[in-house]
Amino acid sequence: MKLGRSSYQFEHVYVETSATVVGEMEATGPLGHYFDVKGFDPYFGKKSWEQAEMRMTEQAIEKIFEKAGISDTDLDVAFGGDLVNQLVPTHYAMRMFDVPFVGVYSACATAIESLILASTFLENNMANRALTVTSSHTNMAEKQFRMPVEYGGPKGDTSQYTATGSGAGLLSRTPSTIKIEAATLGIIIDAMQKNPADMGSAMAPAASHTISRHLRELGRPADYYDLIVTGDLASIGSPILVDLLKQEGYDIKSRHKDCGNLLYDVHQPTFAGGSGAGCVSIVTLGYIVEMLRTKQLNKVLIVGTGALLNSAIVTQKETIPCIAHAVALSSHHVGGGH
Amino acid sequence: MKTNQYTRVIKKHEAKPSYFKNMATAFFFGGLVCLIGQSFLWLYVHLFNVAEETAPTYMLVTLILIASVLTGLGLYDQFGQVSKAGGFVLITGFANSLTASALEGKSEGIVQGIATQMFKLAGAVIVFAVLSGFFFGLLRYFLVQLGIAPALDHQTVTFLMEVVR
Repeated sequence: MKLGRSSYQFEHVYVETSATVVGEMEATGPLGHYFDVKGFDPYFGKKSWEQAEMRMTEQAIEKIFEKAGISDTDLDVAFGGDLVNQLVPTHYAMRMFDVPFVGVYSACATAIESLILASTFLENNMANRALTVTSSHTNMAEKQFRMPVEYGGPKGDTSQYTATGSGAGLLSRTPSTIKIEAATLGIIIDAMQKNPADMGSAMAPAASHTISRHLRELGRPADYYDLIVTGDLASIGSPILVDLLKQEGYDIKSRHKDCGNLLYDVHQPTFAGGSGAGCVSIVTLGYIVEMLRTKQLNKVLIVGTGALLNSAIVTQKETIPCIAHAVALSSHHVGGGH
Repeated sequence: MKTNQYTRVIKKHEAKPSYFKNMATAFFFGGLVCLIGQSFLWLYVHLFNVAEETAPTYMLVTLILIASVLTGLGLYDQFGQVSKAGGFVLITGFANSLTASALEGKSEGIVQGIATQMFKLAGAVIVFAVLSGFFFGLLRYFLVQLGIAPALDHQTVTFLMEVVR
């Protein structure tokens, strides 16, 4: 059901299971024990960063099949993407599977956009089971967006560390303990920021825009949610978001967390915090989903924020447009209504 | 529409980098590398009896080798992060940019990967080195012609050629 400009309520969308594959930094971070597969070899047994990320995505999907006891032909549709040109890791991983596939890109919001698209298919009876899979690899992102991995130029405190991780979610119309109950599609916001090494400042206005619209369109106060998680504004963008929402009349300070800061310990060398398409993906599908399953959290709003730039356009003195998509998850009593 | 309002809030939270601390760090670590270079120079001249004119070349090659090996071992980028600009302004930083780019290109093969991508970062340095060499040479030529600067004698020219080589 559509509410307002672009908010939607779902009645028939559930998370059946999820699987996560992470690198060493994520495995040794504070959320380490929530992840399924831990790769201590940054190449994941392959010969290039592209192939490493491809392997991570394959592993995440294989883990889903193992956990749910299904195979590729049981899936009606799959949505997913990553940060690499032409979504090579995801596309190349998906060639292994017999599943209708939709490639998705909205930078670090890809995981949430995939969840919303899959939910739309399920809600409208266009699928019974849908898969989402999103990944990023720190060294692949360095190669694609920044400098060679071993380059010695120092990074500033505002830069973020791209997470190595692939998160896969299996959504179904069959009721389970976790329900995807609402979503808000983002509108592209350009806050006229130009520094690609400070994504937090660029993305916070997009996050604020989507969150305030989500709450308004669904008629919910900010304290409706136990937790509002953004991915990934990190330590620079988070206080900006809190401030911007305060101006809109929403005080989220006490219930706001950011995936980029949840995923790593402050002592890990991640500068302002984590980022990347994989960051919000693994935090949501590893940690948040588990918290909902065990009822430690009941209602969570997850907001994926994506900076929609590439390395060529920022050198042309252009600004960085950003988007934020939001999805609301809640714990659910199977058979017992809400 | 909302841009100005956003910009004001972002500005409020802006974290200013500590320029003085960064400069002091760069000065210390850059100086440290220079000290190591100077030690090699001394070593080559006094212990290995290398001629004073050729010793700088030996020293530079040694520093380049060390920086490249450290890059390959994954240590130079960590040194770069700690030392701020002290790690990449020097010739060791130049060597690091070459080796790091070559390593990055390895997965795309020898020609399209390593050879093509090696000068991805260092290319700009070479372009500006050649350009500034040309313009300063031109400037000097006119200064000599106008009698403002003295002409170079043969000995200095040979020495400079040796250093450049």
